[in-house]
Amino acid sequence: MSDKVDDAAKCMSKLTLTVNRRCVDDEYPDLSKHHNHMAKVLTKDMYARLRERVTSSGFTIDNVIQTGVDNPGHPFIMTVGCVAGDEETYEVFKELLDPVIEDRHGGYKPTDKHKTDINSDNLQGGDDLDPAYVLSSRVRTGRSIRGFTLPPHCSRGERRAIEKMSSEALDSLSGDLKGKYYALKDMTEEEQQQLIDDHFLFDKPVSPLLLASGMGRDWPDARGIWHNNNKTFLVWVNEEDHLRVISMQKGGNMKEVFARFCTGLTKIEDLFKQHGHQFMWNEHLGYVLTCPSNLGTGLRAGVHVKLPNMSKNPQFEDVLKRLRLQKRGTGGVDTAAVGGVFDISNADRLGFSEVELVQMVVDGIKLLVDMEKRLEKGQAIDDLIPEQK
Amino acid sequence: MAGAYRSFSRLLSSRGPLGLLSLAGAGSLTAALLLHPHRERAVSAAEAGRRRYPASADYPDLRKHNNCMASHLTPAIYAKLCDRATPNGYTLDQAIQTGVDNPGHPFIKTVGMVAGDEESYEVFAELLDPVITERHNGYNPRTMTHPTDLDSSKLTSGVFDDKYVLSSRVRTGRSIRGLSLPPACSRAERREVERVVVDALSGLKGDLTGRYFSLTQMTDAEQQQLIDDHFLFDKPVSPLLTCAGMARDWPDARGIWHNNEKTFLIWVNEEDHTRVISMEKGGNMKRVFERFCRGLKEVERLIQERGWEFMWNERLGYVLTCPSNLGTGLRAGVHVKLPLLSKDSRFNKILDNLRLQKRGTGGVDTAAVGGTFDISNLDRLGQSEVQLVQTVVDGVNYLVECEKRLEKGQDIKVPAPIKTFK
Repeated sequence: MSDKVDDAAKCMSKLTLTVNRRCVDDEYPDLSKHHNHMAKVLTKDMYARLRERVTSSGFTIDNVIQTGVDNPGHPFIMTVGCVAGDEETYEVFKELLDPVIEDRHGGYKPTDKHKTDINSDNLQGGDDLDPAYVLSSRVRTGRSIRGFTLPPHCSRGERRAIEKMSSEALDSLSGDLKGKYYALKDMTEEEQQQLIDDHFLFDKPVSPLLLASGMGRDWPDARGIWHNNNKTFLVWVNEEDHLRVISMQKGGNMKEVFARFCTGLTKIEDLFKQHGHQFMWNEHLGYVLTCPSNLGTGLRAGVHVKLPNMSKNPQFEDVLKRLRLQKRGTGGVDTAAVGGVFDISNADRLGFSEVELVQMVVDGIKLLVDMEKRLEKGQAIDDLIPEQK
Repeated sequence: MAGAYRSFSRLLSSRGPLGLLSLAGAGSLTAALLLHPHRERAVSAAEAGRRRYPASADYPDLRKHNNCMASHLTPAIYAKLCDRATPNGYTLDQAIQTGVDNPGHPFIKTVGMVAGDEESYEVFAELLDPVITERHNGYNPRTMTHPTDLDSSKLTSGVFDDKYVLSSRVRTGRSIRGLSLPPACSRAERREVERVVVDALSGLKGDLTGRYFSLTQMTDAEQQQLIDDHFLFDKPVSPLLTCAGMARDWPDARGIWHNNEKTFLIWVNEEDHTRVISMEKGGNMKRVFERFCRGLKEVERLIQERGWEFMWNERLGYVLTCPSNLGTGLRAGVHVKLPLLSKDSRFNKILDNLRLQKRGTGGVDTAAVGGTFDISNLDRLGQSEVQLVQTVVDGVNYLVECEKRLEKGQDIKVPAPIKTFK
């Protein structure tokens, strides 16, 4: 290699880089046909101000909004249209993210405080949802490890470090939480098949919402699945967030599911702290995750419930809205219900504590099952219609 | 050459409306901040400064990969290049992302990396040079020079029998110097490419007079017409392209230009700044190539009038996004009916020796239908445009002769392998 190229190389090494700048009119994205929260909020003037900023890991406004530019969205389903690349994103780009958060999370203000409560003793009832209707119960959330950048932005080195720390922490769980980690790139055919049969295996994201933000890079490096031997506590590593934590079981004992959820999360957090790490959290946004829609609790507590009659009732949507619940098909988000079985879960994430949200689900499902039973008998449900929560 | 310095002076001297460029070093390197009167002060992206881990922790796992990048990216080369960036801020991790994300196939070796700008080929030369050498059959960019020749009058015997050759086509790509390539360009740069190119194309006259159809603005009727003409390109779905970031901001600043006669077509901001295509039905490759050369030279003249030029150098020829398209970036091909020859066991060997490749009539990665094949040149770099099109002409003539002989029950011969630049 010639000396001159070496000189060029030395100049290139460790440069603080500067972006070749053009005027805002030329850089501002065309959002005229877009329907997402980012597009609603990001004016040209706001873009002009935000492109002057960058987080200390190098995440820019263009990085934040790329997924929303590439995915115009749909007038009926408002996606968020922006992501965080690190914890700082929510501060550095707050001019965009605060109004997005407010719009997405039911009027949550920049000055509001979020309550965290993962003490499952505070949940009332929830151990007796009728298993003839409630087929399974599940609670999930996400956690991010402070000091590391998030999936849209992380390097391979960071992602691997997260995997290593997480699998080591999980390996030291004991009792009913004792389990095993399966790295996506090392698992055997048999292990893979078992994970598929258990409905635990996650695949490379195909949704353009996720791919456009760079979360699929380097797949399947440093991605994996941990679960306990009982198959009731599951952790996804480096999928859409650093960690996705899931507690589940068949039947309607949401109380037990939530208790294991809280115990497991607390133990994991303690293990991380022992090694000098903590989860990303603050008193305004709660737990910090990649997508602004998952801030606060990041919690989705839900059941698969048979509501063949109720789901055909014209008041179904309205009742769900009043109960602050949402429905999905049993394949998860953006799937259809099969055989009258729905996935019903809390609609909120931020502004309510974990206990409050699970309580809403428990109370709401009880009511929906009561309504279903009434409709089965051909009776009216008008007296059961709840107030707006 | 010193990549940073050449591009520095080029940016200073260019009459294009470029913003400011700033290089600041950590340590003893000099910092230079240029202020353009109409631009704001640049912001530091800090991309290269954020490495928290040694190179060995970030080195990709390529054990299951089969692409040119994976074959040549040793941990030592990765360590040497991973903290570098081009003046536009393009890094090695970005260049190789597509190859990391797409391990490839045991039978089909893809390139596995792209360039984000012209400087990539210099800044990441330790990796790109061996990749280029492997992909282009031994062409050594450090020691060899690439010949450019767009004098179509040199082409001989370029008119095929229409009974066999259904259509003839020549395509290439051109990049606008001073603007980043599709994997890395900002929206403003991409729009600049569109403006520069469309402005130049509006100056074409005679049989090259034509029109631009922007993807964001075309009407339903225009879109349907472009589909019927088989001119419309769609958002890339191939993960080879999407993982390299080429589909960002779709369909902003993408479009299609074609002349009124529909024989000269230009794609703007698809996989390259421009893809230029000359084609017509039938076997008159000579006319197709004549129009190709004339059109390209005319477009070049028109952009030069406005202070722009194409990316080109004598090591690599025309610089494009994918290393596989360096040199001429040229694929000259025909749709040709070879029902008997294609069933002959010697078909592939004949093609190999003639330095030709076959594809289905839907283009790359499609199957042949009814014995009709897309036959084109294998090589891109190390031989000129004239040489490559001549290779196709001579080769197709030979194939058609074989087909005719087989029709008459006569035997055919496998021709001796023709020499490449080696």
